[in-house]
Amino acid sequence: MTFDAIETWWWPFLFILIAGWLATDAWRFLGVYLGGRISEDSDLIVLVRTVATALVAAVIGNLIVFPSGALADTSLALRLAAALIGFLAYLWIGRKVLVGIAVSEAVLIAGMVLGL
Amino acid sequence: MPMPNDTAFLSDPVLHRRTWYLRGVRASFSIPGLILASAFVGFAGLAREAGLTLAETVFMTGVVWALPAKVVLVGAILSGASLPAAAFAVALSSVRLMPMVVALVPEMRNERTPKWVLYLLSHFVAVTSWVLAMENLRHVPRSMRTSYYAGLGSTLVVVNMVVVGIVFQIAGALPPSASAALLLLTPIYFLTSLWGSARERAGHVAMILGLFLGPVFHVLLPGFDLLAAGLIGGFAAYGFHRLRRRKTQ
Repeated sequence: MTFDAIETWWWPFLFILIAGWLATDAWRFLGVYLGGRISEDSDLIVLVRTVATALVAAVIGNLIVFPSGALADTSLALRLAAALIGFLAYLWIGRKVLVGIAVSEAVLIAGMVLGL
Repeated sequence: MPMPNDTAFLSDPVLHRRTWYLRGVRASFSIPGLILASAFVGFAGLAREAGLTLAETVFMTGVVWALPAKVVLVGAILSGASLPAAAFAVALSSVRLMPMVVALVPEMRNERTPKWVLYLLSHFVAVTSWVLAMENLRHVPRSMRTSYYAGLGSTLVVVNMVVVGIVFQIAGALPPSASAALLLLTPIYFLTSLWGSARERAGHVAMILGLFLGPVFHVLLPGFDLLAAGLIGGFAAYGFHRLRRRKTQ
């Protein structure tokens, strides 16, 4: 039952509908249904946020350590350096996401040009 | 934004709604909107590398909409997760949409707003549209807020579906170094935006744990790596939150 388990045109779309659409819109609809009856600062909401953050961070870790495509041809050291320097630039230069992206990409491209 | 007199337009409510819808459309063209579009540029490259087709990628952009949920879904597909495991991981990553909608709904509705309108509009809720709406809605007359959010949300969705479609097709023709740079966009976007959006220190702890646990469980528990890292990292960060609060009390 993986994404490419069934060789038909509709299976990937059904997979996206169930694992993607239903798994997200169900929460949005529940939010409308509850409408204003929970506080943003309750303890349960903190847990909801930390689990979501750890999940997305896990994907990000995998994308850096085990990338696919052309990024897989770069060295792990270069990818870690690009991510770390970009992140530090974000922290130190006004917390701008675009600054982090620009610095990170510059480090990656410079590293590839220098053959690191 | 000037605050027009709410009664001056009542003679032509349709025109009035269209005006506020278009103001919502205009509000989507902003710095947060630009940052979001750059993140979708990266997502298009990621989805292509994961083996998705153009139609599947654009479809996913429209029906899921929230970028973290889509990145988790593509991550699950990449790690060979089964449908239930992928759905569970995406659902866990999306619970946070619920309290966001809960906070937005009282800002948006009036006593005559039909429920179905709110259910429909809730689909547009994701971090960027939510932040823009929570900032701007108070400058919009209450009876026009649903029209304003419809303009804002639908524009963000449609523009980014187009961005994803275009980038997906360009991505195949890129030289290797540009393709590598494209694939680095998603990680660096989330490294910075997750850190910036954390409400409490526990959010930073959760992020650091997830970054390490993801690759560890990728090796130890392929197919369940995201679930294991998310649950263990999330609960550990929550434990940190409780301990820290007890100490300060």
